[in-house]
Amino acid sequence: MSALLAAAGSLEPAARSYLSPTGQEIVFLLVGVLVLGAAVVSVTTRQLVHAALWLVVALGGLAVEFLLLTAEFVAWVQVLVYLGSVVVLVLFGLMLTRAPIGRSPDADSGNRPAALAVGVASAATLVTLVVDAFRSSWIDLSGPAGTTRLTGEFLFSHWVLPFEALSVLLLAALVGAIVLSRTKDDRAKPRPGNLRTALTKSKER
Amino acid sequence: MNLALPILVPVLPALGAAAGLATGRRYPGLARPLAVLPVATAAVLALVTALQLGTGATLDAATRLAPTGGPEISLALHLDGFTSLISVLVGLVATCVQIYSTAYLKDDPRYPSYAALVSLFTAAMFLVVYSGDLIVLLVGWEVMGICSYFLIGHHWETADARAASLKAFLVTKLGDVPFLFGLFLLGADAGTFRIGEVLRTAADGGLHHPTLIALLLLAGVAGKSAQFPLHTWLPDAMAGPTPVSALIHAATMVAAGIYLVARLLPVFLQSSAALVVLAVMAAVTMVGSALCALAQDDLKRVLAYSTVGQLGYMAGALASGDRQAAVFHLVSHGAFKALLFLGAGVVIHAAHTNSLSAMARMDGLRHRIQDAQWTMAIGLLALAGVFPFSGFFSKESVLTAAEHAAHGEALTGSLGPASAVPTAVGWTVLVAGLLTALLTAAYALRLWLAVFYGRSRNGKDLAPQAGAPYSPEIDEADPAHLEPAAMRLTLWVLAVPALAFGLAGLRTDWLPALLDGESLRVSFATGVLGTGTAAAGVLIAWAAWRTVNARAAAGQQPADPARLLLGPLYRPAQHGFGVDQLYSAVFVRPTEAAARLVRFLDRAVVETYVRGAGAAPGWLGRAVRFAQTGNAQGYLTALLAGAVLLAVLVAVRS
Amino acid sequence: MHLAYPAVLAVLLFSVGVYGVLARRNVVLVLMSVELMLNAVNLNLVAFDVWLRDTLHAGQALTLFTITVAAAEIGLGLAIVLLVYRTRRTAAVDEVTALGDRHEADDLADAAKEQAAA
Repeated sequence: MSALLAAAGSLEPAARSYLSPTGQEIVFLLVGVLVLGAAVVSVTTRQLVHAALWLVVALGGLAVEFLLLTAEFVAWVQVLVYLGSVVVLVLFGLMLTRAPIGRSPDADSGNRPAALAVGVASAATLVTLVVDAFRSSWIDLSGPAGTTRLTGEFLFSHWVLPFEALSVLLLAALVGAIVLSRTKDDRAKPRPGNLRTALTKSKER
Repeated sequence: MNLALPILVPVLPALGAAAGLATGRRYPGLARPLAVLPVATAAVLALVTALQLGTGATLDAATRLAPTGGPEISLALHLDGFTSLISVLVGLVATCVQIYSTAYLKDDPRYPSYAALVSLFTAAMFLVVYSGDLIVLLVGWEVMGICSYFLIGHHWETADARAASLKAFLVTKLGDVPFLFGLFLLGADAGTFRIGEVLRTAADGGLHHPTLIALLLLAGVAGKSAQFPLHTWLPDAMAGPTPVSALIHAATMVAAGIYLVARLLPVFLQSSAALVVLAVMAAVTMVGSALCALAQDDLKRVLAYSTVGQLGYMAGALASGDRQAAVFHLVSHGAFKALLFLGAGVVIHAAHTNSLSAMARMDGLRHRIQDAQWTMAIGLLALAGVFPFSGFFSKESVLTAAEHAAHGEALTGSLGPASAVPTAVGWTVLVAGLLTALLTAAYALRLWLAVFYGRSRNGKDLAPQAGAPYSPEIDEADPAHLEPAAMRLTLWVLAVPALAFGLAGLRTDWLPALLDGESLRVSFATGVLGTGTAAAGVLIAWAAWRTVNARAAAGQQPADPARLLLGPLYRPAQHGFGVDQLYSAVFVRPTEAAARLVRFLDRAVVETYVRGAGAAPGWLGRAVRFAQTGNAQGYLTALLAGAVLLAVLVAVRS
Repeated sequence: MHLAYPAVLAVLLFSVGVYGVLARRNVVLVLMSVELMLNAVNLNLVAFDVWLRDTLHAGQALTLFTITVAAAEIGLGLAIVLLVYRTRRTAAVDEVTALGDRHEADDLADAAKEQAAA
């Protein structure tokens, strides 16, 4: 690992100071504060639908961070998959489980103090660790690192097999989700030949 | 001579016992012949062996039993005058006891096993007598111990019998442990277990620790022959059936100890200290047991204490270095004590009680059981040592031996120098013997008068007192009938040696020739002294009896003549001078307290650990159950908290 | 850019996600918190990928895979949540305790609930 770190050639402690941030850093920090704040609100608000919307803010902010880190393709995938589908799925989930609109007093479980303690402890531990380890590391952002072209090249030259395996996984998840959400009621199933009667029956019910 | 004869003597009763035990349950009819015939045959064979051997001859034969690393153990046979005499006595008494038992225990459901054990007992005693090897002798010695345990506990339904059998076993074993060590030490010192070679080594002074060996052996002898510190089992052993008492007291168990010392007397002569211990033991035993005998109310306990006292005589003779006198007294005592016990059995059978004071209030016992009256008279006269009964000669020979020892010229014969016996031993035994002669005569007369000359106060028999000793055999016979012939005739058979043994033996001089060859003639001084004290004892007892009867006639509460004679000693003597209480306080209670402590420790401490080992996981499991809420969030919290904790710990450590 | 910025931001986001997973009662909200945690990891992966500049671009590739897997996960998760909601009429995490150690009080409460449902 240390050889890898040295190869990156990014250990130049004297040159970079935290007191003189670059423009990218300032933007990164501002957006980071936004992301963090949205995440915190998302996990603490008592309005369930608002939590999902604040999650949108946090994930969108993260997409901006990816852009700032020059990972363009990942940023767009983030916007497409997360903002476009996952959040929508979550909203559907909330509605299908009849989540109340407005403030619900029992949004948090009785486990909250312990959760707070564990969260703070893990934050403190990890921040200490990360700061201690990467205090003086510097990311050189010059040059394209994550353009769509570049991403396509390495993805389909080096990562083809995992990519294909992942598509099988997605298919399995799809099938699994269908199996899980299917109702056990056979009468509601449409059968060949008497589609109409089945539909009317299900309507009557 | 034919070796098969002496070998068959111990083997036959043992085979009879095995056969009796094997067939007793299925064919009860065989029990009686299987009991009597082997023992009677063995008795005849013993007599034939003795006659073939003749006087003054010895026979030694041995076959090696097993090669050992150390001193070898061999199946050795040793026959001489002593073994002849004692084996004939054992055969006679055992046969009488077996015949007597066929009638006495006629209706007993456990008769087959009883008879088999008596046979085994006899076989063991034969083995002890004939054995020429110490280890083989020890086998017979221990077989007798276990047989006595079973036979004394024959009436195991009663608590008395159970306690008495246990006590007999434990007390004799208490002596047997040092005895065993003594035998090993003797074998190690002499390099052999063959008695003949041991004695030769001892006579040459080849033993390294004679005093230690002699004292260790004495412990076993004291246990087996009921000498002073370990005598307490014998009076309690009366809980067994009366024929067993006769067997134990006359011919087998108690005789074994005396016989052993007689055989190994050269070893004892090597150590003056052991002789002094033996003499003191004998003197204390003699006088103490005679006092106790005078105070007892139970007929059989009187006889038991009398046995202890007579064994004291024998031990005294051995301490004086004269084994002839000891064995002479052993044989004559065996005859008259067997007679007395069997007679006592008849009396108890007829009177339905053991209690002397109850018998003293019964009219006409002497008319109902005249056989017992006269034979017991012979036995008691022999016991008291009245001329010309056998007891007179044997007791006087003991006193003569003591007198010689007191003058420094002990009758050790060819076994060792006369100077080996300290004069103090002689004096001790002599004084104690004379005192005991007085007391013996007194209690013999008291017994006789109380049993056969009782007078009913109100013209009818009284029930036994509430506190009278319980006789387990009470209802075994109908009092209206005469006692069976098997019981009466054996009394007369035994009365013959009790009457004539001493006279016949000494008139023709065959007895001394059979033994060590020394004269057994009574010296004039002790003869006069012994007879005089015995006569005095008789007179005193008679006077006391008259006084008591006169008082009773005057309307006062009738009393025991012993109470008059003993005065303040009466109550302690009745209770054996508190030796039992002493043992109970010194040994039994501390042992029980220790056992209770151990029990407490086991129950309260050790078991608590065990229970705790079971309960702690139980409680732990119950506590852990509370964590199993089924709430996945809680589990996850604990998991992550643990992970963070571990990370922190690792970070802090490194 | 200092590597510490994205790294610390990822750590804080992750911790917020942990808090959310542990404190939220509604299962859908728990799943949302899981998404937060996954995104924190994504941020880390991208930042380190840019920092290390390896030829395979493993960080970005894995980020893409993670996003895919997260999409599959949320789909399956919501299906399970819906199933649970259909059978138990609740989406609260702390009421789904069928695998816990049963006490008699629970049994009685369940029986009462079933009766009420019937």
